Amino acid sequence: MRHAARSMLAALLLAPALATGAWAGSDDVVVENAWSRASIGTSRPGAAYMEVRNAGEEAVTLTGLQSDLAMVSEIHRVTTDDRGVSSMAPAGAIVIAPGETVAIAPGVMHVMLMQLQRPMREGESFPLTLNFSDGGEVPVPVPVLGIAARGPEG
Amino acid sequence: MRTVRTVAWVLVGIAAFALVWLLLWADYRAAQVEDGSLGFQAVFELTDHQGMIRTQEDFAGRWMLVFFGFANCPDVCPTTLAEIAAVMDGLGEDAPMVQPLFISVDPERDTPAAMADFMQAFDAGIVGLTGTPEQTDRTGDSFHIYFEKVEQAAAPGGYTMSHSSQLFLFGPDGAYVKSWTYGTPAEDILADLKQKMSS
Repeated sequence: MRHAARSMLAALLLAPALATGAWAGSDDVVVENAWSRASIGTSRPGAAYMEVRNAGEEAVTLTGLQSDLAMVSEIHRVTTDDRGVSSMAPAGAIVIAPGETVAIAPGVMHVMLMQLQRPMREGESFPLTLNFSDGGEVPVPVPVLGIAARGPEG
Repeated sequence: MRTVRTVAWVLVGIAAFALVWLLLWADYRAAQVEDGSLGFQAVFELTDHQGMIRTQEDFAGRWMLVFFGFANCPDVCPTTLAEIAAVMDGLGEDAPMVQPLFISVDPERDTPAAMADFMQAFDAGIVGLTGTPEQTDRTGDSFHIYFEKVEQAAAPGGYTMSHSSQLFLFGPDGAYVKSWTYGTPAEDILADLKQKMSS
């Protein structure tokens, strides 16, 4: 009886932890220096930037993200070849090793915000959620800076 | 018979000489492009973001900072325009001697009005230029740049563009001076530019 009670208690404690993925590696993900540039209306895609740090002991895989600001949000990687031609393409899943930081920064990667549902206005911020392969979700508020911003400091 | 053979050998000799000469010339040209000594001129006829037809003549006597891109570009183009805005800011009272130009490689979507939104938002005196597909192709050839449509379902119109992302500098005589690769910090561009302008 005592054993059963203890199991029950353990299950009760575990259930929410499992439901939110609390035991998963994505719990140790820290997102810093998020920023984005103001958009001109909604007809053109926006971009957001941030640093995603894995402060945990095991690798995590960033599989995607979403925001109510855009119909489609994807991480795109920009590559520039030796002729100086830049192209962008979806980055796919991004594995972040323990202790590593992935910089989603201008010229490297950006969160491409397609089909904006409202303009991105300087001084506002919007919510973005990062999805990880272990089912974990990390919410990030992204401040909107001026259109000529060059980094998280403006 | 002997004459024919002699003539044939002479022709072979000429062909071999021509081939070697062509190879050396190609190398020489490539090296010139590399070190910027190839004196190519900025040549274009396009419509600016206020609807005016513009050619290189309109900017003669000033330095030109030329960048190619498209208004739907979310990362490379706004980043470069932000860098250019910082360079213009850093030039201070010398800013009127430099004209930044943003030339669209996406004539289908980039009407002068679409360019106007973009240029005015940066407020750095950048002139946006666009044209017909033919004018755009001719401009691309004249500047030795590359651009290409790439399908992307979620993008407006279903495509994005790959394009040369260097920032080009032309002198007051319209001759090519140098280029900076994408990602060069505004501070470095500014220092370089000031040095070129004072020499």
